[in-house]
Amino acid sequence: MHFEYQIEGGNFTRAGFASSEIKKMMKQLNVDMGVIKRTVVSTYEAEVNVVAHAFSGTIYVDLDEEKIVIQLQDQGPGIPDIDQAMKEGFSTASSAVREMGFGAGMGLPNIKRNADDFQITSEVNKGTNVKITMFFNK
Amino acid sequence: MTVNEIKERLSLTILGGQKGLNNQVSGGYVSDLLSDVMGNADAAQVWITLQTHKNVMAIASLKDLAAVILINNHQPDEDMLGQSNEEGIPVLATSLSAFEVTGKLYELLK
Ligand SMILES: Nc1ncnc2c1ncn2[C@@H]1O[C@H](COP(=O)(O)OP(=O)(O)O)[C@@H](O)[C@H]1O
Ligand SMILES: [Mg+2]
Repeated sequence: MHFEYQIEGGNFTRAGFASSEIKKMMKQLNVDMGVIKRTVVSTYEAEVNVVAHAFSGTIYVDLDEEKIVIQLQDQGPGIPDIDQAMKEGFSTASSAVREMGFGAGMGLPNIKRNADDFQITSEVNKGTNVKITMFFNK
Repeated sequence: MTVNEIKERLSLTILGGQKGLNNQVSGGYVSDLLSDVMGNADAAQVWITLQTHKNVMAIASLKDLAAVILINNHQPDEDMLGQSNEEGIPVLATSLSAFEVTGKLYELLK
């Protein structure tokens, strides 16, 4: 199965919509609740990062009997130093975004902790690609 | 314990999501940082916070939280209430601080 969702940079009112759709789909397929929970955390953080830090993006979801692969491709500023971005507490979020309670610098560490496999690549002034893989029978 | 019992015992005001008053509560989590809640809260917990925007409900729903308690008389945005009603996740308000309401809830649940 293949699904796609569009993400609009800066539009926080829709942040989490795709994650919610993915959660519903996994529940319908009776995926283990623990796997769903970890998928939700990872996908939500990656989705919010596109909203908070990029201009626009697409989520590509591929699902088979064994796993779900969620790829987020965005057009945006990119990440100059991924090691730094991965550090707990590091954030370049604006003060307006921080006031909403986003921008704690815990998003990428949350993804790393919860995803079975997590790949991130980025090109400055072009965009960022995040790939999250979750296995169903673990 | 249900959300409704907590509402009664702590004299909370219900602002939305009445459908979820019978949700069972297993514990609570106190934070105003959304990623902290995303990463560390668990299903059936009550989230105590001062954040009043729609993303609170998105997270409450994704995490299967039992209810949200807004402290210090904070009032939710219109679209936060809308989503609370849609999802059936109660939003409750108190004039107490996070410290006070958390202490009372802890006493009730322990
Ligand atoms: N999709 C993205 N595009 C551009 N920068 C990003 C993206 N995702 C993450 N970053 C950068 O990595 C930092 C850390 O991300 P994260 O751990 O999610 O924390 P937060 O989003 O709270 O700042 C961000 O502040 C930002 O500088
Ligand atoms: Mg983030």
